Amino acid sequence: MPTRRRPAQWIEPHLPKLVVSPLFAASLFFVYGFIAWTLYISFTRSAVLPSYEFAGLIQYERLWDTPRWYVAIANLFIFSSLFMAGCTVIGILLAILLDQRIRIEGTIRAIYLYPMALSFIVTGTAWKWILNPGLGLEHVIRGWGFENFRFDWLVNPDMAIYTVVIAGVWQSSGYVMALFLAGLRSVDDEILKAAAIDGAGPIRTYYSIILPMVRPVFLSAFIILAHLAIKSFDLVMALTGGGPGYATDMPATFMYSFAFQRSELGEAAASAVMMLVTVIAIIVPYLYSELRRTGR
Amino acid sequence: MSRAAIDGIVRPKGARNKVLRVLLFFILGLFVLYYLLPLFVMVSTSLKSLDEIRGGSLLSLPRNPNFDAWGKAWQSACVGVRCNGLRPYMWNSVAMVVPAVLISTTLGALNGYALTKWRFRGADTIFALMLFGAFIPFQVVLLPMARTLGLMGLAGSVTGLIFVHTVYGLAFTTLYFRNFFIGVSDGIVQAAKIDGAGFFRIFFHVMLPMAPPAIVVTVIWQFTQIWNDFLFGIAFTVGDSNPVTVALNNIVNTSTGVKEYNVDMAAAILAALPTLLVYIIAGKYFVRGLAAGALKG
Amino acid sequence: MSNVRLEKVWKRFGATEVIKGVDIEFNEGEFVVLVGPSGCGKSTLLNLVAGLETLSSGNIFIGDRLVNDIPPKDRNIAMVFQSYALYPTKTVHKNITFGMETRRVPVAEQERALKQVTELLHIDSFLERKPGQLSGGQRQRVAMGRALVRHPDVFLFDEPLSNLDAKLRIEMRTEIKKLHQQLGKTIIYVTHDQIEAMTLASRIAVMDNGHIRQFASPETIYEEPEDLFVAEFIGAPSMNIVRGRIRKKGQYVVEVIDEEGSILFPLPDRLLKPAAAREDQEVFLGMRPETITRKGAQRPSVNMFSFQRAIDVVEPTGPDTMLVFTLGNIEAIARVHPEDREQAGAKYAFEVDMGKAKLFDVKTGKRL
Ligand SMILES: Nc1ncnc2c1ncn2[C@@H]1O[C@H](COP(=O)(O)OP(=O)(O)OP(=O)(O)O)[C@@H](O)[C@H]1O
Ligand SMILES: [Mg+2]
Repeated sequence: MPTRRRPAQWIEPHLPKLVVSPLFAASLFFVYGFIAWTLYISFTRSAVLPSYEFAGLIQYERLWDTPRWYVAIANLFIFSSLFMAGCTVIGILLAILLDQRIRIEGTIRAIYLYPMALSFIVTGTAWKWILNPGLGLEHVIRGWGFENFRFDWLVNPDMAIYTVVIAGVWQSSGYVMALFLAGLRSVDDEILKAAAIDGAGPIRTYYSIILPMVRPVFLSAFIILAHLAIKSFDLVMALTGGGPGYATDMPATFMYSFAFQRSELGEAAASAVMMLVTVIAIIVPYLYSELRRTGR
Repeated sequence: MSRAAIDGIVRPKGARNKVLRVLLFFILGLFVLYYLLPLFVMVSTSLKSLDEIRGGSLLSLPRNPNFDAWGKAWQSACVGVRCNGLRPYMWNSVAMVVPAVLISTTLGALNGYALTKWRFRGADTIFALMLFGAFIPFQVVLLPMARTLGLMGLAGSVTGLIFVHTVYGLAFTTLYFRNFFIGVSDGIVQAAKIDGAGFFRIFFHVMLPMAPPAIVVTVIWQFTQIWNDFLFGIAFTVGDSNPVTVALNNIVNTSTGVKEYNVDMAAAILAALPTLLVYIIAGKYFVRGLAAGALKG
Repeated sequence: MSNVRLEKVWKRFGATEVIKGVDIEFNEGEFVVLVGPSGCGKSTLLNLVAGLETLSSGNIFIGDRLVNDIPPKDRNIAMVFQSYALYPTKTVHKNITFGMETRRVPVAEQERALKQVTELLHIDSFLERKPGQLSGGQRQRVAMGRALVRHPDVFLFDEPLSNLDAKLRIEMRTEIKKLHQQLGKTIIYVTHDQIEAMTLASRIAVMDNGHIRQFASPETIYEEPEDLFVAEFIGAPSMNIVRGRIRKKGQYVVEVIDEEGSILFPLPDRLLKPAAAREDQEVFLGMRPETITRKGAQRPSVNMFSFQRAIDVVEPTGPDTMLVFTLGNIEAIARVHPEDREQAGAKYAFEVDMGKAKLFDVKTGKRL
């Protein structure tokens, strides 16, 4: 059979590399190059315009002198711990309940999971309305006869961050449920039969056999939720806009505000680098173990 | 997913089990209400008049439901100073999401294929380095990207947004296709090579025809992510070129004039509609994307 | 008392009937092996006895106790699974004592039972390891240990050895047989391995499509199969079953005709009566491969009958060589000594021991 002549026979063996290289180069430039750029800017006095004169740790000193940054850090801490705990508890609970041979399981699962298809902006808008102090839940519950019921967290600087937790848990807990349900279902039937013969009741079976077996799911859930928490920006913007004042600022909104509203490029860059470092501290060990597990 | 094989285990009979079963459904039902409440509130509020909203209760059904608020949200609500409703921004989002999804999916498929089926030295390192891009907090690239878009003359444009989403979507699409193609037997590629097929021929005639499941998952996932994006939208576009999420946020958070909650809710539903529809139609694939996104987060 | 009795047991999953009215009784201390093609309901039957499936109808007794509604843990049974089903997050020690823990057995007693069992099974050297750190054979032993500490009345085994390599399988087989002799407990054992079935069983139950086809000692099952199904299922390579017609040519014979000519297989005295009743009718003639050899290789007897056929294929297996030849409408197999082999295509003088031949009814499949 005569082989069809291709104009560039010699290029064939190099094609895979030729295809990957530009993409890889783009990734190097737009990820690593940009990180480097941001990192460098964080070591300069850049304000409205970038300056490229090295100025040491000055922006980091300023950052850690900014009270608003402390608010952001404290909020991140409050938000991420409650958000992660809430999602995990609800997620495991629902996964276990759904694991009990429910006929309409598919429907219920779909309902629990649909918030994941929504934008955080939509979620924020909805909850902002529900939590509206004048016309929202407060109004409803007063209407039920609890005249003095107060629920003004949304506009209360001390409590507003918890409204972000409420909306965040609403959106993401179904996802954690799905992760755990898949984990529970991956446990071999014969093990459950063995447990039944050993006389373990449902609670003991879950607590002492199944949940320990799905430990990797706890790890993934932790990583995913931590990652979501650190990056959370949209939800805060839509729900509280970072307010009242800057009471619900988080590192992500802090960075955005300093970069695009106050034009403090240097300090914004420094805060972005802080976020990156946090994510790396969580993600890299996980990625490393994942790649080793799935790699060849 | 089902547990047919352990359904039949003989359990002690008794009232206690009945009670537990009732409790189980009670809790599940409670959570169904919890998850549906915001959707219900959004829809019912959007169908009410402002007077009814002010006078009535959040949870009550609309007395005479009408779509006035929807019409307003669609074509005359004010976003900042412009009062054209959400419509132009919806089109912005469509104009952004379609090319961004197509390009990032195509390139991801090609990349995943090249990295798994034509292993060359360093392929794994390249993959690991690219994968990292899926995890970075995007705040760390906002500033340089804003400048780069400016230099490229794409600042404040939908085109610029397409570019950004393509670049940062590549990590996930590559990841997903790599994981898919790794499961495809190398023997198939070897056989095609022996038949004289080259790199692209194998890709288009052998690999892609096998890949529809992966393509569907990736397209759906990318579509949802890009449609729902807010950060890039607000950072890299202005006014006319805003995607719908940014416009929605602007509608809701304008402080001027009377607060029209019904219009806000209608706008929120409109903005959510495309991804919700995808979820309803192709929920199975969406969930698979989530499972893969587990790695991405 | 630990006999197990099933009365009119039915099991349906929705509309599919998996167990279709099984009546069977296993005696105390008996080693029963369940065999049958894949999907015929062996595991389901075992699960029913264990209480891992609910009955659709019928009764199951263990000893004198009706156990239909009794949960698995209270049936005093133990089960060993094909996948072993060890708890991967627990150590060997905990795997074995978990059941006692849930039953709140005092710790001292747990330890005593553990020690006894682990010494018996030689697994005392890796008690603190997790199942993932054990070899297949070791896991198998742990699974057995977990079953043994329960001191059950009845052991249920669902293909316990099928994940082991051939050598270990034989070792464990012997060990299980020894255990049974020591403990004297009733054992119900599912396997796909014919040799396992023949060597272990005091009685074999052959299942097919939700029915028990025959329940008898291994020898009976092998030599006196009730019907075609059992005859074909037991024995490897399986019995040659060829269609023929009964003729009276001086004595009763089965006439088998094909392109190579006709052969008249003379029937032994044992089969005269059924043959007489079916003169000139069709029957199935069954001959096990090992009863067909080279002419002169078997001990001479009146029932020896020799015939000629061309060899189609030669399949050496080591101890024996299989010669495939055409007989009637089938590919028949003869099992000969390796030194008796010939080239494919050669004419070969076979000899068959008609004393061991069987006749089956064409319509009902029953042995005559
Ligand atoms: N939970 C279930 N729901 C529906 N059908 C089932 C269920 N469990 C088993 N079956 C069906 O019942 C039949 C018998 O299954 P069973 O597992 O008992 O077969 P088996 O004889 O053990 O087969 P094998 O030798 O392959 O293990 C099969 O056709 C199977 O598909
Ligand atoms: Mg089975």
